[in-house]
Amino acid sequence: MDKKKLGYWLFFIALFLGPLYLTEFRLALMGKFLCFAIVALGICLIWGYTGILSLGHGVYFGLGAYCTAMYLKLEAANGQLPDFMEWSGVSALPAFWVPFSNPIFAIGASLLIPALIAAILGFLTFKNRIKGVYFSLISQAVVVVFVTLFVAKQDWTGGTNGLTNFTTFLGFSLASPLVQIALYMMTVIILGASFALAAALTNSRVGRVLSAVRDGENRVRFLGFNPTSYKVFVYSLSAALAGLAGTLFVLQVGLISPAMMGIIPSIEMVLWAAVGGRHSLIGAILGAVIVNSAKSFFSEAYPDIWSIFLGLLFIIVVMFLPNGIVGAFESWNEKREKAKRKGGTADAADSVVS
Amino acid sequence: MQPILSCRDVRVSFNGFQALQGVNLDVLPQEVRFLIGPNGAGKTTLLDVVCGKTKASDGEVLYRQTENIRKLQEHEIVHLGITRKFQAPSIFANLTVWENLELSLKQKRGLWSVMRAKMTGEDKGKMEAMLLRIGLMEQRHNLAGMLAHGQKQWLEIGMQLMQNPEILLLDEPIAGMSETERHKTGELIHEISETCSVLIVEHDMEFVRNFSKQVTVMHEGKVLCEGTMSEIQQNEQVAEVYLGRRESAC
Ligand SMILES: Nc1ncnc2c1ncn2[C@@H]1O[C@H](COP(=O)(O)OP(=O)(O)OP(=O)(O)O)[C@@H](O)[C@H]1O
Ligand SMILES: [Mg+2]
Repeated sequence: MDKKKLGYWLFFIALFLGPLYLTEFRLALMGKFLCFAIVALGICLIWGYTGILSLGHGVYFGLGAYCTAMYLKLEAANGQLPDFMEWSGVSALPAFWVPFSNPIFAIGASLLIPALIAAILGFLTFKNRIKGVYFSLISQAVVVVFVTLFVAKQDWTGGTNGLTNFTTFLGFSLASPLVQIALYMMTVIILGASFALAAALTNSRVGRVLSAVRDGENRVRFLGFNPTSYKVFVYSLSAALAGLAGTLFVLQVGLISPAMMGIIPSIEMVLWAAVGGRHSLIGAILGAVIVNSAKSFFSEAYPDIWSIFLGLLFIIVVMFLPNGIVGAFESWNEKREKAKRKGGTADAADSVVS
Repeated sequence: MQPILSCRDVRVSFNGFQALQGVNLDVLPQEVRFLIGPNGAGKTTLLDVVCGKTKASDGEVLYRQTENIRKLQEHEIVHLGITRKFQAPSIFANLTVWENLELSLKQKRGLWSVMRAKMTGEDKGKMEAMLLRIGLMEQRHNLAGMLAHGQKQWLEIGMQLMQNPEILLLDEPIAGMSETERHKTGELIHEISETCSVLIVEHDMEFVRNFSKQVTVMHEGKVLCEGTMSEIQQNEQVAEVYLGRRESAC
């Protein structure tokens, strides 16, 4: 048990020291992957631990990213109108943009707006006992609605191009390598904190209620629990994590557009957790890093066939690794220990005989 | 004595099929009431109505004579002190025996309360006492899914008892148990009835004979008659219902 904890510490320390051994280019990629890992943690909580399959987390990630991007845009505009608004002939800043000139508001909103939307959607669906495939379909419909809205309201959102061309964050130049290193380290710390939070949650009594909901939602009711509030809570928490990841993403990548919150990215997010192992928090993190590393390798080497590879990966995981890489590793380990124990008893028997 | 649970003219229809056609039933405090009847009589459906799983289309289900629980949600009914054990063991297979009991503790079940809940010495004591009572002390750290069938049934009964119920609903609790397990279960049910009422559906007539005082016979969505087992055995209607079934089965 403690060995495991030590392993986690070593893992996060190794990530934290990334700037020492990664090139600037690789570090930027890793920073991006670690943002995705935060999303995957949230997916793991709702899917692996509670049994809610959301195919719409791209929206929460995107909303978080947009909130912070609005602040960055206003900071870059330096008191003027953001560039894309001028191009589309807007004369004054829309009222809902105004509070986003405050970084605390913007970053707070990047967590709270996704959490709030998830809470409303969750409450309406879970209270009416909509679950399984029906919930997944609704979560996809939400993606379509948001993407369409964001594309259509070009003068407010930057349309298909999204928001980009940022210069500074809190006065620090985003182009500076040192600032990027600091942002990377902050991402590692936030990922570690999110992991610790999720681990504490899943090891608590609430965590046991969640897994009971996954294994038999109706039975939980007959122990006197109302599953609705638990599901709304964990769904909303995972949306907040996605929003937070969106903030860190936009700071490091410098771009957010509707394409990044669409259906394909939403499905990819689920795939990260599936590949790593949806029942394991560390698996979700590993899954996000591994799938995205493979993605960037393949799309550098063979840009055309990445999506075929993605499809194959999905089929392979579903067919051969239902519990992902970590699940496969665990069952292999179990088998090995069993074999060892058998070996051990055989030895003991030998000694009795001799 | 005033009944703790009264069903008045309870009706249930599934897409037009009348599964319960006006059931009247009174259960007294600390009574063990057996519910028997041929397949499809509506016994399980009646338990479903009492625990809130199925909503009655008409009639009243009164708790302590005043509170109509017909429209309450399942968890609200549990909070009143009515718990249900299903026919198929419905424990949480991926949690340990201990964790299953932990979830079943009588506690505030709101999210916020559970988040701050700590396992007190008193809770531990209660859980250990229950483990001894249901004979699962040694298995407490095993996953519940790995238990034998009879042990799962006991665990589930234990989980219901952890909640100090006023009324316990049991659906065929001894199905699939061995002879000794049946006997143990019968004794457990008697013990339970010192503190709560038990409404129990059972097909095994020998078990009913050994452990029942009052028996209610249901047939085609209605209560046919009530009485002690020997009274019921002399009832012609009952004989007809059971014999008729046997004849048609031949
Ligand atoms: N969800 C449902 N939808 C439609 N019909 C149902 C449903 N549940 C039960 N029924 C029907 O209602 C009738 C009563 O069923 P119920 O399960 O209450 O019988 P039972 O007395 O418990 O029988 P058994 O002894 O076989 O368990 C049966 O004819 C059954 O087919
Ligand atoms: Mg039945």
